[in-house]
Amino acid sequence: MWFEQVLFFIVAAGALAGALGVVMLRNPFYCVLALVVHLVSLAVLFLLLQAAFLAAAQVVVYAGAVMVLYIFVVAYIGGQDEELRPDDSLISSFGPLFAAAIAIELCFALIGTGLESLDTRGADLGPGFGSPGEIGSLLLRRFLVPFEAASYLLLIAAVGAVVLARRRRGIEEEPPTPRREPPPETLEVRA
Amino acid sequence: MDVVWFLVLSAFIFCIGAAGVIIRRDPLVILLCLELMLNGGNLALISFARMHGGQAGQVFALIVMVIAACEVVVGLGIIVAMYRNRLRIDVDEMTELRG
Repeated sequence: MWFEQVLFFIVAAGALAGALGVVMLRNPFYCVLALVVHLVSLAVLFLLLQAAFLAAAQVVVYAGAVMVLYIFVVAYIGGQDEELRPDDSLISSFGPLFAAAIAIELCFALIGTGLESLDTRGADLGPGFGSPGEIGSLLLRRFLVPFEAASYLLLIAAVGAVVLARRRRGIEEEPPTPRREPPPETLEVRA
Repeated sequence: MDVVWFLVLSAFIFCIGAAGVIIRRDPLVILLCLELMLNGGNLALISFARMHGGQAGQVFALIVMVIAACEVVVGLGIIVAMYRNRLRIDVDEMTELRG
């Protein structure tokens, strides 16, 4: 079992480093790349927790599709470095304190919990735990209504995004950008 | 590995994400930090599913992924709309709601 533990600590370090990178790096493009590292590390953690289908979904949907969307938008709006707040502003000192407070509270909750089985490897699992077939049959039988609600939510979000990001006609007319004429010297040289 | 290690890790990821949401000014990075928080929650859900030996937690995590994708789509749509209207991409500057 030592292999599992070594793998856990390596991947956990990767996940934490990716998360810190998202928060600390100033260029949004590097933030997105750090989040990709974080998501792939989390997929390995899901595999350690016997959630094979979710690990695959994490890599394909999150690290693949969603991150590509982010990178497109960063490239579209031009990711310039973000100006930091002045050091004496209230928020920049309050944020880390708030996060530390939540972390301490959650750790207290984990230490003081009455759940005995937290300190074990978990229940004994049957074959096929977390496989696509099992998850699919759960989605189509026991959780059919949440599944359908999620699909409607996705449809509504897609339509909403199209409505939000479309070019509004009549409100703003972009001035035609003047076409850059070649300077006359080059014409003379060419002649 | 004991399940509690995964829970501690998920708590740390959630807290880092929360700090990022508060500190950062770029709405794009704030969305990324929200993703971090959702992923921390996902990891906790899957850890508890492993602990109980039931798969309902994994289905919940899948639904959370769907919610995260919806949030990303709408949030990025708003950011693109801000860019089109030539507003500064900065949450401190966005103080009024107007189409």
